[in-house]
Amino acid sequence: MANFYTDTPQFRHYLHHPLMKRIVELKERNYADKEKYDYAPMDFEDAMDSYDKVLEVVGEICADIIEPNAEEVDQNGPTVENGRVTYAAPTQQNLDALNKAELMGMGLRRRFGGLNFPMVPYMMSADIVSRADASFQNIWMLQDCGETIYEFANEEQQERFLPRIVQGETMSMDLTEPDAGSDLQAVMLKATYNEEEKQWYLNGVKRFITNGDADIHLVLARSEEGTKDARGLSMFIYDKRNGGVNVRRIENKMGIKGAPTCELVFKNARAELVGTRRMGLIKYVMSLMNGARLGIIAQSVGLCEAAVREAYSYALERRQFGKPIIEFPPVYEMLANMRARTDAARTMLYETSRFVDIYKTLEDIGRERKLLPEERDEMKRYSRLADAFTPLGKAMSSEYANQNAYDAIQVHGGSGYMKDYKCERLYRDARITNIYEGTTQLQVVAAIRHVTTGTYLQRIKEYEAMPVAPELEQLKRVLKQMAEMYEKSVELVTSQKNEEYLDFHARRLVECAGHLVMGHLLLQDANKDAALFRHSAEVYIHYGEVEVLKNCNFITRSGIEEMAYYKPDLNVTE
Amino acid sequence: MAFNIIVLAKQVPDTRNVGKDAMKADGTVNRAALPAIFNPEDLNALEQALLIKESYPGTKITLLTMGPGRAADILREGLFRGADDGVLLTDRAFAGADTLATSYALSMAVHKMGSYDIILSGRQAIDGDTAQVGPQVAEKLGIPQITYAEAIEEVKAGQIRVKRRLEHGVEVVECPLPAVITVNGSAAPCRPRNAKLLQKYKHAKTITERQVEHIDYIDIYSSRPYLNLTEWSVADVEADPRQCGLSGSPTKVKKIENVVFQAKESRRLSGSDAEIDELMRELIANHTIG
Repeated sequence: MANFYTDTPQFRHYLHHPLMKRIVELKERNYADKEKYDYAPMDFEDAMDSYDKVLEVVGEICADIIEPNAEEVDQNGPTVENGRVTYAAPTQQNLDALNKAELMGMGLRRRFGGLNFPMVPYMMSADIVSRADASFQNIWMLQDCGETIYEFANEEQQERFLPRIVQGETMSMDLTEPDAGSDLQAVMLKATYNEEEKQWYLNGVKRFITNGDADIHLVLARSEEGTKDARGLSMFIYDKRNGGVNVRRIENKMGIKGAPTCELVFKNARAELVGTRRMGLIKYVMSLMNGARLGIIAQSVGLCEAAVREAYSYALERRQFGKPIIEFPPVYEMLANMRARTDAARTMLYETSRFVDIYKTLEDIGRERKLLPEERDEMKRYSRLADAFTPLGKAMSSEYANQNAYDAIQVHGGSGYMKDYKCERLYRDARITNIYEGTTQLQVVAAIRHVTTGTYLQRIKEYEAMPVAPELEQLKRVLKQMAEMYEKSVELVTSQKNEEYLDFHARRLVECAGHLVMGHLLLQDANKDAALFRHSAEVYIHYGEVEVLKNCNFITRSGIEEMAYYKPDLNVTE
Repeated sequence: MAFNIIVLAKQVPDTRNVGKDAMKADGTVNRAALPAIFNPEDLNALEQALLIKESYPGTKITLLTMGPGRAADILREGLFRGADDGVLLTDRAFAGADTLATSYALSMAVHKMGSYDIILSGRQAIDGDTAQVGPQVAEKLGIPQITYAEAIEEVKAGQIRVKRRLEHGVEVVECPLPAVITVNGSAAPCRPRNAKLLQKYKHAKTITERQVEHIDYIDIYSSRPYLNLTEWSVADVEADPRQCGLSGSPTKVKKIENVVFQAKESRRLSGSDAEIDELMRELIANHTIG
């Protein structure tokens, strides 16, 4: 029986990271739930065993049901009629299977019926689901909106909505509008409060809403009349049972065709406020987006994995000039790079997930009791790391998903250009990952301040201090040299004290930080399990070294004056 | 309304992944060389039971299996998917049973369980492929049987309606309860293991397992009685030892042969769509595929 969890030994490697002890202990509040819930773990080992066993179920469902359905999902996709969306039949079958297995609400607390899983095994599930069908991962991953309800809605709202998510009701986050994409401050959807009825009403249009006909929506709307910026926006829950929102159309997209992308019309839709007015964008959406970005890293990693596997098996089978093409250096080099990028993106995903786990759980504990001073410090430290690693991971991994999908087609040659092979779907599906939930360019905007403030460099120094086996020392020396180049370039750019110049080189600097972080993580992985990671560590660090050299060289050669060659002359009219 | 359902299940070697050492020199199956799995059609039977339970909450599903100690694995598998209880029929005296001795032992266990409405099992097991055990259990219990079931269309007090999948079509039959229903592989596949039930039941053990294995959480077996899997011996089900195991089995394997299919005729096709269509139709019609 195929199983997408057990056939990828990297998962168990990351599941058994030393930091898990702390994560599980926090998440399980010292295993207090075992008195109340028959499915709660007894202790750390028992919890780890449960994660492993549940991931095996996820791996089985993905291999047996979701992946075999993916082609038909891509071909048929969802339909819309009379304002309501119907999923493609196999998409519904996927949802039913995961619902029957009670794999919804994975991260939610047990009192709402959730599994109370930490981010690490939860993201592993997302990674595996994405390998099976990236479009389905979108729908499944939206359960994450539940986290936002848990964090910011009141208790009565939590009790009303969270158990419904666990029972399989789907979610959407309604942010984007025709004139508010990357710039969400421009959101215009109108929220008005009827004093007599003590009721909020929503009116307006949302666009590009993934899974827009969901049962429960989180909606960003303008609650403060006359305002024009972020401070006039609040967050609302719209419950489909109340009616008032129709799907006007679904987009005909290039990829992730199984996930309906909807244009929504709100017409006096009754809604309820989440948390405090005016905090919608400033606080809640930021948190929501960070969670969603982590989900996109997982989606990217799953796509990377699917692409490298497709390419590898084709290269083994396909014979030219009397031998399988995998024996030719240009082909096996491509494959080695694909595997290295996959492993690099994945190690980044689980490092980031661990950071999120610790700070979010401490934050949650902070709602139950006062945190000790050392716990507060721990929370701050990991919160900052999560904040730095999430955009970096999203930027790097989504670009890698694209590169892997591109190379997978290249390995297939002419056949890869035909609709007959899966790699062409992966190529289309991957293309959105570096666009939605913030384009790579916007991830760079979020990441660059961790370049200038030194969050990355500090973490890189911590990695440098971690011991490695003698045979890996050479790789570590390479990484140290890369770090020196990076440091110099950062200094070179920031010393100009010119914001536009910093923006000009920001992507190059952020990429350098990415190569360094992922190189170190793979080095640590190889130190623990050489058989599994040595090759990827070697390949990735060499690749990263060249990229860092290239970027740093470009920075050295391109001063403020050179920027002029790139700048459009807006005074010239055609 | 609620029903008492017994699902007969067997742990079998996974003959779909047969290697060279699948058979021993004496002609018996080398069980150690093959992974042990839940017999596939028994999983189809379990799904039918779970569907009834969904329609009639309060329905109780008990899995019954006969086998060595490690067959307790499939009881846990069943619990992870939604069964309520599991009974392992295990005893050295049961070993070497053919279908007659097996159905005798199972029917004695069913007697011991007392009241039941429906007994479900797979049509046949993938190791022996006899399809005899289900029907023989029905005969021994003196109750009706419906074989080759594909879907249970309706269950009501004392009555069941079943769609049967036959070689050239389907047939819908009704019979009074209690009855034995054997389920085809063409029926709905069994649902996946459930994440919560898996965590709830993963420590479920038989008494023998608790004696021979290292057990981490001793206390939970008294505080959580559902973690104790029932284990019955020949004496427990008051069976006649002479009718059990090898001594109760008139079937003797005399010789086993390796049969290698040899192509007697070959046909050359031009590869046109029409020819491929025709070949596919032929292969489906003679059950080579599909």
